[in-house]
Amino acid sequence: MTIETGRSDNLADLLRTGAAALTARWVELAAAPLRGRLSPAELERELSELYGALLSGVDSGARDVAAEPYAELRGQLADLSRRRARAGFTPSETAIAVFALKQALFEFVDRDDAQGGLREVVVFSQLLDALGLQTFETYAKAREEVIDEQAEQLLELTTPVVKLWDGVLAVPLVGTLDSARTQVVMEKLLEALVTTGAAHAIIDITGVLAVDTQVAQHLLKTVMAARLMGAECTISGIRPHIAQTIVALGIEFGDITTKSSLADALRHALRRSGVDVVTADRRG
Amino acid sequence: MSAVERIPILKIGDVLLASIQVDLQDRDVLALQEDLAEKITATGAHGVILDISAVDIVDSFIGRMFATIASTSRLFDAHTVVVGMRPAVAITLVELGLTLGEVRTALDLEKGLAILAELGERAPR
Amino acid sequence: MTGREDIPIAADEDVVRVRQVVRSFAQRAKLSLVDQTKLVTAASELARNTLTYGGGGAAVVELLGEGRRQGVRASFQDTGPGIPDTALALTDGWTSGRGMGLGLSGARRLVDEFELDTEVGRGTTVTVVKWSR
Repeated sequence: MTIETGRSDNLADLLRTGAAALTARWVELAAAPLRGRLSPAELERELSELYGALLSGVDSGARDVAAEPYAELRGQLADLSRRRARAGFTPSETAIAVFALKQALFEFVDRDDAQGGLREVVVFSQLLDALGLQTFETYAKAREEVIDEQAEQLLELTTPVVKLWDGVLAVPLVGTLDSARTQVVMEKLLEALVTTGAAHAIIDITGVLAVDTQVAQHLLKTVMAARLMGAECTISGIRPHIAQTIVALGIEFGDITTKSSLADALRHALRRSGVDVVTADRRG
Repeated sequence: MSAVERIPILKIGDVLLASIQVDLQDRDVLALQEDLAEKITATGAHGVILDISAVDIVDSFIGRMFATIASTSRLFDAHTVVVGMRPAVAITLVELGLTLGEVRTALDLEKGLAILAELGERAPR
Repeated sequence: MTGREDIPIAADEDVVRVRQVVRSFAQRAKLSLVDQTKLVTAASELARNTLTYGGGGAAVVELLGEGRRQGVRASFQDTGPGIPDTALALTDGWTSGRGMGLGLSGARRLVDEFELDTEVGRGTTVTVVKWSR
């Protein structure tokens, strides 16, 4: 939106003279909806920076935020939005950083020059802002749902349960394991035991970078659940640093069979099901 | 008050098979325990198979029945195998903290029979 | 079907009825099969407690909605003797009756929220909630 009022100097003057009061009030208003999830000092630093960039933009006379004088402001806003998104703030909680300045400005102007009509405009403008935020909030939520669904589908794809031998299944786990993912994988493995009738399962964690207490517990519980169902479960490929984590976390692996490699685990499973792997004598 | 649901006990060779197909009330559980003990002494069966593939929940009371049946049948030199436990039931039992004592488990009836055959061979009578 | 159902607990078969109602609510709240099983198992333990220790009472099963999350709340009330030592009652392996002493402590591990409200001579109410993942 481009508005050339020709009174740019007035606005710039206003912002310059009121800088201290406006920034203080802005920080105050922007802090309220965040309920202490951001420190006041940090918020003040962010908003003071924004204020400076905004002032130099307004000072240039340009009123188009896409114009060159606002480049720095746009950059700062983009950074702020990204930080908020990563920290788990909602779109409204993020946008409030901008909208709160409007409120501060209205209050500031109102104090100097009270006009009856302005108050109503202010109230209505706030109502419109809230409505705008609401549509944005709904939109963002709908997008998130789509992303969640895709993440779920991806999870299904990236954690295959494979048959290594008659009666031997394996799940090779790769990457970072979180609690939710581990749970899904483990349920899938147990289901596969029923559908295939395999009495041995191998959970290979060679490709796993780290485990936390919860993930380790899920692995343990899966082995115990498999046992209750009448199947034997081996964990293979525990890297040295993961082994250290498990010990440090005080998790008891007890009588659960662990093997250093998938090959060892397979050999173990085969032996348990009565298959012996021998090297064929090719000379004779 | 509904009548006690008596779970049919089949005899296959020297194995008794009880297939649980209904949502068990506590007194059905107790009745099954009694019926199995009687049938083991009457038939001299060397194994008991409890098929729970149709059971969608096992709580601590039902879990205790499995353990009790297993220890009772040991007194008559018979082994007990629980077969067909569903994954969701197994996960729940682990979370509940339940262990099944002397109960052996197998994925299905066939594997359960194989376990009993193996145990029978190891301890000839 | 409404979002709430009251089930009196006065006999063995009512425990089975509680399991069935909780199962149907869990399905409506779109809980995963494992979560359904956990909730139904917890409900079975608690309903049996109500019958055995509380001398009977009632269960209230409700459907919960909170944004995109859905859940089921089940509450078990009796006017029995109450629990004198709640810490002890929540300990694994402690039992004052039939069962394996995993009733309360086990049920707590199977749900997302667990609340025990009891007073000696007045009765006991246990409320559990399980949310869809």
